[in-house]
Amino acid sequence: MTAVLEIEHLTKEFQRGDVATVALRDFSLTIEQGTFVTVLGRSGCGKSTMLNLLSGLSKPTNGRVLHRGSPHTGPTPGIGYLTQSDTLMPWRTVQRNVEMPMEIAGRPKPERQAAAAELIATVGLADFADSYPRELSGGMRRRASLARMLANGAETILMDEPFGALDAQLRSELQRELLRLWTATGHTIVFVTHDVEEALLLGDRVVVLGPLGAILLDQEIDLPRPRDPDETKIHPRFVELHATLVRALKEGARR
Amino acid sequence: MSGQAETRAAPVQVSASGPVKEARRRSWWGKHGRTTTVWSLRVAALLAFLVLWQLAGNVVANPMFVSSPVAVWEQLWAWVTDGTLSTHTWITIQEVALGYVIGVLTGALAGFALASVRLIYDVFEPFMMALYSIPKVALAPLFIVWFGIGIDMKVILAAVSVFFLVFLNTAAGVRDVDRGLIDAVRLMGGSTRDIALKVVLPASMSGLMTGLKVSIPYALIGAVIGELVASNRGLGYLINDAAAQFNTAGVFAAVVVLTALAMVLNAVVGAIASRANRWKPLDA
Repeated sequence: MTAVLEIEHLTKEFQRGDVATVALRDFSLTIEQGTFVTVLGRSGCGKSTMLNLLSGLSKPTNGRVLHRGSPHTGPTPGIGYLTQSDTLMPWRTVQRNVEMPMEIAGRPKPERQAAAAELIATVGLADFADSYPRELSGGMRRRASLARMLANGAETILMDEPFGALDAQLRSELQRELLRLWTATGHTIVFVTHDVEEALLLGDRVVVLGPLGAILLDQEIDLPRPRDPDETKIHPRFVELHATLVRALKEGARR
Repeated sequence: MSGQAETRAAPVQVSASGPVKEARRRSWWGKHGRTTTVWSLRVAALLAFLVLWQLAGNVVANPMFVSSPVAVWEQLWAWVTDGTLSTHTWITIQEVALGYVIGVLTGALAGFALASVRLIYDVFEPFMMALYSIPKVALAPLFIVWFGIGIDMKVILAAVSVFFLVFLNTAAGVRDVDRGLIDAVRLMGGSTRDIALKVVLPASMSGLMTGLKVSIPYALIGAVIGELVASNRGLGYLINDAAAQFNTAGVFAAVVVLTALAMVLNAVVGAIASRANRWKPLDA
């Protein structure tokens, strides 16, 4: 297996006046090609900071990120990033939003229109292709964002608590859909969540983060695939792993 | 891109939950009822005002001061028939339109360009605010020295008034652009040019539209002040001339024409704004 992302001794500080807020300190992690890695941690443990650095949106104070062997300097279309907040362009319809990454990549109009329509159907928004983001519910906007990110054609995907604000049914539907997409495409996915069950259901590997991005536990998840969200939750191994992860999180809080 | 093709190979539909769109035919009254009510009430209010105005002439000591709708109408008609109105109105229209367009174009361009570069904006912002604070009327004598008393001076006075309002609103719009949207385009591999054209430009549109709307009266003020200060043509001159002859009906008649002009401009800008703001929420 080859490493897609290598994170080496990453530190990120935010300077304000004479005080620096340290969000991440000496963080190292390697993500293998084609794996689904979930990063589990409580709010404020530097998960989002880490993803911002991985995506290239922000620059580390110290350390570096290697993307396919070369240090990476800024955002690239090779890495897709589904941020926590919605960043659909409010003046574009869903259709035109999903077309946008392909527009920037310079793909011809008929081709990107067809591709976007298909992606929109995949996330179940076919009837709302002509709606503007403000006319959609939060969950629908999330699905539109997902479609837009997939339109990027990136093979490495970063997701920051993408399903956090959705209702339980929709969340498990989208989880199932995400797993299906991942199995079909062999993408590499780094999925950040604060939900222990979600981390277990999705990941090949769960990395539990403590304060300042300290790695508390790096656990292989040997649950059989394909994993059905409803059945996997009652698997004895799932229950066992669940307890391990929760213990690790609690220990992190005590430190 | 190969991953892309595979992604689309097996689309599975996620069940659509949430609102659904259905066809609903509405009756004529359902579609236009509110508009009809609003317009009827507007006409009624206007008529009531005109009647009260007409009656006021019988109450006040000297009817000359308040004039009356009938007298204003007669004056207007006299000016229309002898061609006075069209000559002077045309002059003012030219001044207002040219001044407005020049002010809007330069203001929007300057606002977009300056606000896009943080350093430049930080350097020039206090100067712009200082210049904005100058009452433009105070510049009229200077403009007469520079450009004479012809139409140029009024156009420039109008343009300067419009420029600052459009500039400030556009700049505010550019600076208010959601950081997340810019990051989203960077993540798509977009260049600085993509960010400027696909994010900053559309996002600053609402600021620009506000600028367009609030600056309409200032275009009129600029042109009319210019005419009042020094001119022998235009509606401002007509007002001055009528007032000098104690012809209040004449003053009111010229003001009515100015009002009509402002409303036409408002309607044009409103149409542009609603086209640009289609994406805004339905009931805002």
